[in-house]
Amino acid sequence: MARAETLRQHLSDNSPERCFFGRAARACYSHLSRGTCLGGRLAELTGTSVLLAAGNQLTAALAPIELDGVARRITILPPDAAPEHFVALIAGAEVDAVVGDLNSPSEFYDIPLRVAASPEIGAADTLPAPTFQTEWVMLTSGTTGVPKMVAHTVAGLTASFAAKPPDPSIVWGTFYDIRRYGGLQIFLRAVLGGTSLVLSSAGEPVAEHLARLGEHGVTHLLGTPTHWRRALMSPAIRKISPRYVRLSGEIADQAILDSLRAAFPRAVVSHAFASTEAGVAFEVSDGLAGFPVSYVEQVRDGVEMKVEDGSLRIRSPRTALRYVGSAARLADRDGFVDNGDMVERRGDRYVFTGRRGGIINIGGQKVHPEEVEAVINRHPRVRMSLVRSKRSPITGALVVADVVLRSGNDDVEAVKGDILTLCRDALPRHKVPASISIVPALDVAASGKLARRQG
Amino acid sequence: MSIKLTIMDQMAQVAGEHGKQLAPLSDDLVLLDSGLDSLGFAVLVARLEDKFGVDPFTASEDAAFPVTLGDFVKVYENGAR
Repeated sequence: MARAETLRQHLSDNSPERCFFGRAARACYSHLSRGTCLGGRLAELTGTSVLLAAGNQLTAALAPIELDGVARRITILPPDAAPEHFVALIAGAEVDAVVGDLNSPSEFYDIPLRVAASPEIGAADTLPAPTFQTEWVMLTSGTTGVPKMVAHTVAGLTASFAAKPPDPSIVWGTFYDIRRYGGLQIFLRAVLGGTSLVLSSAGEPVAEHLARLGEHGVTHLLGTPTHWRRALMSPAIRKISPRYVRLSGEIADQAILDSLRAAFPRAVVSHAFASTEAGVAFEVSDGLAGFPVSYVEQVRDGVEMKVEDGSLRIRSPRTALRYVGSAARLADRDGFVDNGDMVERRGDRYVFTGRRGGIINIGGQKVHPEEVEAVINRHPRVRMSLVRSKRSPITGALVVADVVLRSGNDDVEAVKGDILTLCRDALPRHKVPASISIVPALDVAASGKLARRQG
Repeated sequence: MSIKLTIMDQMAQVAGEHGKQLAPLSDDLVLLDSGLDSLGFAVLVARLEDKFGVDPFTASEDAAFPVTLGDFVKVYENGAR
């Protein structure tokens, strides 16, 4: 897994100029190849375990390029990381330096070294020689409690595309945040390929983002099915004409694939399966949902797959090394990663049916039914509740609740309203049930647990 | 209540619940500019399914996404027939 070059060494002075395009500013590769966004303090970070706490994606793009080969470990803090988990993450990753532009939260006070990073690239007198095979740590999403930290090497992160010949005509664009696995893939593809990348920006209106993507002539554009459904609802979709369109991160159903084909008749529309732990497993470009059964019968690109107990298992050189700060096993004895993605065979294809344990994915935001039920069950009139997923053409899924009330004669509609108020006060918007049904009873399995439908 | 009025009524209701400011509603209002985000629309479609007994976006094979409020109302008017 030895790597000849650090990320910085992939940046070159060659014209034409390639850049990261942020919403408010840009940073060009030729400047960073001999400059610094760390105010000349990179050498201090040699051999440290860095927490990258960037307030925006441009900083999040620049800093790790400098740190690769210099820091021992880079733990990338995603934009939605909860401050109450910071202390556990810092301890778990043995963080001894923080790099970023976040207004130092108090959780960072005990970190011995704090280095400010900004999207402004300054001149660097000397740059430290790369000496470390830096470990890159990504956080998982969708777990209750502290997110898992997943360790990768750049070699593993880039294995799915490192062998592809560079295509200087590509301009990458993404709806993802590059601080998560899916977005980081595109960031690395841009850097290794020496091609520009148009970054997304939290809170930016869809129409403005599409206009920016169009302005920079994006050719390859990636996002979740929900991102794409939103984009297709905007008249500004006409401003882009990508020749490669990719979906991943959620189940790509036939309707969204067909809509993209209709919107971009000349583009390759593909969907990919990847996870933070398993890495990129495969890509499907035949315009159909799911993937051919033949994929699990052969080793493709070094990736092996099998279906066991209804879930897809993956073994590949792109799989993460291990969890950081936890003894939990990432893969089974044979090296297969089970991400809990359930598949079903239909004819000569496998299609994804949902997530084991019924984690509900609302436009990329995940919900454990149990945490919503816990809130609903706080209402004095509630006896039990089952939170389940309802299919939505907009976000893929929504949360709805079936509630069994204790006996009583008060107004059922008023009770429903009270429960919703309780949920709104206690939960983020996407976790609040879209509707509540009062039911006489709920099914209970032999184990004594609520019977949950898969998916 | 007409289909159109029901939709507008539910939009106001969802916007209120989600703490969103709704734009003045008209047929040519671009949905993305209405003040509701993806989650708001998802909840709206679910509520309208409760009201009308149909989710025309899931029921239909037609993959077209409405752009304006007028288009959106038409999808329901066509679906109800």
